[in-house]
Amino acid sequence: MKALRNFLDKVKPSFEEGGKLHAFRSVFDGFETFLFVPNTVAKRGSHIHDCIDSKRAMSMVVIALIPALLFGMYNVGFQHYLVHGEEASFLATFFYGFLAVLPKIVVSYVVGLGIEFVAAQWKGEEIQEGFLVSGMLIPLIVPVECPLWILAVATAFAVIFAKEVFGGTGYNIFNVALITRAFLFFAYPSKMSGESVWISQDPICGLGSTNALVDGFTGATPLGQATATTQLTDAIGSGMSPMDMILGFYPGSIGETSVIAIGIGAIILLWTGIASWKIMFSVFAGGICTALLFNAIGANEVMNLPWYEHIFLGGFCFGAVFMATDPVTAPRTECGKYIYGFMIGFIAIVVRCLNPGYPEGMMLAILLMNVFAALIDYCFVQHNIKKRLNRVAINK
Amino acid sequence: MELFSKKNKETFLSPLWLNNPVAVQVLGICSALAVTSKLEPALVMGLSVTIIVAFANVVISLLRNTIPNRIRIIVQLVVVAALVTIVSQVLKAFAYDVSVQLSVYVGLIITNCILMGRLEAFAMTNKPWDSFLDGLGSGLGYALILVIVGFFRELLGSGTLLNFQIIPECLYDCGYMNNGLMVLPPMALIIVACVIWFQRAKNPDLQEKSN
Repeated sequence: MKALRNFLDKVKPSFEEGGKLHAFRSVFDGFETFLFVPNTVAKRGSHIHDCIDSKRAMSMVVIALIPALLFGMYNVGFQHYLVHGEEASFLATFFYGFLAVLPKIVVSYVVGLGIEFVAAQWKGEEIQEGFLVSGMLIPLIVPVECPLWILAVATAFAVIFAKEVFGGTGYNIFNVALITRAFLFFAYPSKMSGESVWISQDPICGLGSTNALVDGFTGATPLGQATATTQLTDAIGSGMSPMDMILGFYPGSIGETSVIAIGIGAIILLWTGIASWKIMFSVFAGGICTALLFNAIGANEVMNLPWYEHIFLGGFCFGAVFMATDPVTAPRTECGKYIYGFMIGFIAIVVRCLNPGYPEGMMLAILLMNVFAALIDYCFVQHNIKKRLNRVAINK
Repeated sequence: MELFSKKNKETFLSPLWLNNPVAVQVLGICSALAVTSKLEPALVMGLSVTIIVAFANVVISLLRNTIPNRIRIIVQLVVVAALVTIVSQVLKAFAYDVSVQLSVYVGLIITNCILMGRLEAFAMTNKPWDSFLDGLGSGLGYALILVIVGFFRELLGSGTLLNFQIIPECLYDCGYMNNGLMVLPPMALIIVACVIWFQRAKNPDLQEKSN
């Protein structure tokens, strides 16, 4: 750490006004404040600050995402060997998944941060740190077979149109990672849904199995199957118990399958106080209530899915823990958070049940409620103002 | 009064870019979104509107001193409706496929805000030749935006232009895919926004003042 600090201090002068590399000052600034807490403090007046700044908060979210990421890598390898009917060691399985997922992380960060750096240089501002989390979220919410150039196009679209045009980090109305996914979903549907995108079937760099696929192979996600049958199966056609769904060894987007890995992330987020427990709790409450309601109606196969399967399958948990709680796009008022979360859970299940073509209701639900977050805040703030005004009038 | 005086040139040229009906006045957006998923209907729609607005301007300008003020909107509508019907019938007779693609939007030219705007704001107070140039400019300005939007939507959404394959087959073999979102209406909105963005960046005078 000390050597790093010394190095930074040594190269700092060339980035300052008049230095050789002055044009890249924002890049330098970005790295310096990413590595070390900045020394600049408020000069006058009293300010109550948390010791944690937004870069530290973002780093915590990235740490919270790591269990889901590691499990996702392992699961990619596991599914690969499973559908080829081959036993593989733990390391081979994990390493295969690592090779499949790593390019997506690299592409997402290079494209996203590249655009952020260019925009920051162009506007003469500091680099904003918001993409640290988005860049990690994006690879986790796409299918493993999503081509890299499509991922790059979608990331560029989301960063420019969902973030930079609104003014950068902290001003975006929509969750950037979800806009990436929505763009992919509508622009390249054949690469985002169906049966052939969720499992990586070919060997990567000589690693992996070249056996023929086993009998009974199905590449559809359990939620994709749910539109036709209540007998959900994993990739080789054996049935799934609720425990299997919690463990997460089934086809799906890279990071979304394991409830346990996401749960570890949720504990980290709640323990550090970065995510709001109110939103998380009410998303689950909304989802469970709606699922029970549709169970009572039971008009199609998805409506008959028990409430716990709705929660465990698909992106519900991932969305509730990492997407809905995004502090920028969620409401700020405490009561508003309950309504926001509940409506996300409600809409997610409604979309899943009523439109079999969109098994991923969670994405649409969160994006829709992002739009309403500011309105919810406005209503509660106005309500509070009114309440207090009334109190004043009575006391007079 | 010469035909191409400086003022007349200004009348004709300003709606093409600096006072563009779609990008600056934000009129006629609905049809700009609806008919631009392919370049061909966008072109035909742009031409139809140009012809109608130019000739409606001339007719109203000729009648401007005889139209009673209280019923002027009705008179304008009658003139526009007659022209729209003519264009619609011509399209059906000579370009049936395009007229099917455009469906109701040809008939809906009558409610296009650009028309009513030009008739009210310009033709009612100006001479026929000036009005003709103004209508032609406004129509072409509208057509320009439609063609830009249609160009990008067809090229990126279908890989064709005027139904000719533009993106080579070997790119598709390499894994390139058409962007399905381009064919859906939201992308038209985003492309229009990009045109506006580009225009405002080039002409800072057009930028709305922030408070």
